[in-house]
Amino acid sequence: RKIIFEKQWFYLDNAIGHIYGTTFEVTSGGNLQLKEVVEETTTETKEAGADNRNIVDDGKSQKLTHDDIKALKDKGIKGQEIVQQLIENSTTFRDKTEFAQDKYIKKKKKKYEAVITIVKPSTRILSTMYYAREPGKINHLRYDTLAQMLTLGNIRAGNKMIVMETCAGLVLGAVMERMGGYGSIIQMYPGGGPVRAATSCFGFPKPFFDNLHEFPLSKMGSLLSGTFSTETLPSEPEDNTLVEEESNGLTGKKQPSLQETEEDSTTETAMEINETEEQETMDINAEDVEFKDIKEKENKGNVRIFVVEKKQWERRKKLIEAAALLREKNADGLIVASKFHPTPLLLTLLEFVAPSRPFVVYCLYKEPLLECYTKLRERGGVINLKLSETWLRNYQVLPDRSHPKLTMSGGGGYLLSGITVVLDEGKSDTSNLEALKMEEPSSKRCKIQDLHC
Amino acid sequence: MSFVEYGDTIKNGDTAIVFLGHESMFPVKVQHGNVTQTKYGVIRHSTDLIGKKYGSRVTCSKGGWVYILHPTPELWTMNLPHRTQILYSTDISMITMMLELKPGSIVCESGTGSGSLSHALIRTVAPTGHLYTVEFHQQRAEKAREEFREHGVEHLVTVTNQDVCKNGFGVSNVADAVFLDIPSPWEAIGHAKSALKAEGGRICSFSPCIEQVQRTCLAMEEYGFTEINTLEILLRVYNVRTISLQIPDLGKAAEDNSSTSFDCSNPSNQGISCVNLQQGTVQFKSGVPLREMVGHTGYLTFATKS
Repeated sequence: RKIIFEKQWFYLDNAIGHIYGTTFEVTSGGNLQLKEVVEETTTETKEAGADNRNIVDDGKSQKLTHDDIKALKDKGIKGQEIVQQLIENSTTFRDKTEFAQDKYIKKKKKKYEAVITIVKPSTRILSTMYYAREPGKINHLRYDTLAQMLTLGNIRAGNKMIVMETCAGLVLGAVMERMGGYGSIIQMYPGGGPVRAATSCFGFPKPFFDNLHEFPLSKMGSLLSGTFSTETLPSEPEDNTLVEEESNGLTGKKQPSLQETEEDSTTETAMEINETEEQETMDINAEDVEFKDIKEKENKGNVRIFVVEKKQWERRKKLIEAAALLREKNADGLIVASKFHPTPLLLTLLEFVAPSRPFVVYCLYKEPLLECYTKLRERGGVINLKLSETWLRNYQVLPDRSHPKLTMSGGGGYLLSGITVVLDEGKSDTSNLEALKMEEPSSKRCKIQDLHC
Repeated sequence: MSFVEYGDTIKNGDTAIVFLGHESMFPVKVQHGNVTQTKYGVIRHSTDLIGKKYGSRVTCSKGGWVYILHPTPELWTMNLPHRTQILYSTDISMITMMLELKPGSIVCESGTGSGSLSHALIRTVAPTGHLYTVEFHQQRAEKAREEFREHGVEHLVTVTNQDVCKNGFGVSNVADAVFLDIPSPWEAIGHAKSALKAEGGRICSFSPCIEQVQRTCLAMEEYGFTEINTLEILLRVYNVRTISLQIPDLGKAAEDNSSTSFDCSNPSNQGISCVNLQQGTVQFKSGVPLREMVGHTGYLTFATKS
């Protein structure tokens, strides 16, 4: 299968059987294996200038013309040799400082030596990749913010977590990785079904999905009021096809949009990003094949109805399981990262969380979290509320050239976190306004006391 | 209770967190017959704590109340007895994710210090992973062992009392990840490499000074580590406040004032901000940064062995 990455196209066949972290060089069409460590060719002429006082930008320092370079490329000459040629034909290269020479070589290498490293998918790699490539799909959730969420939420094996996300399944995948298949996750989803495009990139083993449940957000109301039943489930046939269509459409859309960003992106792209994308495209392909299979089956009249019915029945069974898990109201945590307003989500979903458990809400903007903070204070049953943001700064560390990287991300969103506690009797009865009024001053007094200490 | 598993009720021998309000809390070891003094009065463990649910409100003798919380590595980090400078949750989050830790991971750490990071690592690698932690200070190593026992996680951790720069981690070819928080990490890079699995793994070094980072990076390169990357992460916390700003008196008549272009006076936007004409103020909610924040903890250098 042909895969396009960074204006290069190749087949993955040759990469099979190698360990993760192996580096490859792209040739015309296939993958060529490359040695891990390439001997540095830069150490030959250690001739360098001290400063740039005599270097004039006349546009003539490079003696090779555009066409010469193209000819070299067309001949299929190794990238390494092209770089060497460029250096030899640069009149100013010898006058440049050692550092500038270094930089020049690095720049050219990047352009002409197409090397690809294939690495194993992980939250680290996928979240960095999504943030660099498809920030819109994950609500601009930066990877360090995701890391905070996992820690603040005390995500670990054995938990029973509630996750509400519209981040292509990236947050879900991160939670699944940290839980290692132990415990259970209930994913709340809007619309016809949960989106798990990013989740599939992790390549989780099948058992990880055994305790992964999903529950439609639109059924929250009836679940809370106790009127939830299987009959009121989303009407199956339309819904089912809707789910399929949606995920199908998504996967279909995915590929071209990925390529677009590739071509647009002039920014540096870490090598490891490559591979995860390949995996993604591979997975997508596999899904497509499955869909085709199903459709073929469906075309056969009776069989089709049978398949649909069976699917409905399975879905229904899973929903009932999820509803039962939620009804116990003893979840070990809540993670919210969605495009929706966080306040109503939190006020409703917190009902299902046991006391003394952490919750974390992500929002790209601060203002909705301010409101959420206020509303949670009014509701009670939460303590240690904290609104925070992290800044991430990358460094270039080289001998005598260490400094922060020139560009840094402007924003990675905000988090509101806290811990649930037992709601007092007076407060839980919201109709009892007097109790509310009694409660507020006392809690305020308490706060003021704390501030003084 | 255990640091690696949630429990519903408080039991004898548990470590619980007493939450007094507004970031003020402390840990207690729950024991029959014991009492704990707080500014709101006395808490009697036998009657006030044991058998109660985590997260419940406990009324103290003076009528004040506190919340009792289930311990987590994050709460422990905020409350542990310091024996050294510790790592806080912001850095810990990044370390955990960038080292790709998950249940089943084998991790090497040095030094153990006060065990702030150790608890977080154990939480993440449990129930099938293991932490090998090395501390050259004998007393601190002892104290850490004792704490791990008390917290019900001793089966997940091995504390070794030796010098990591000279003697390494005491294991080889087993680790998925190595973490270094020592004054001269470059001297331990070789040992780190041999502790990591043959098929590779991740390494992280935490250093406050850039000179340390520089030497570490050089050592990492020398030992063939790839993907070397240095970063720094800072936490900004915001206080949620209602602010009211006065409208200046520009000598205009009151009628004029009402027609001034404050969009926020629309009923649709109420709750976000509102104009109070009688007092001549505009009120709005804001997230105000703390007056002082942590500006630097340390540089985190990550690399891959492959």
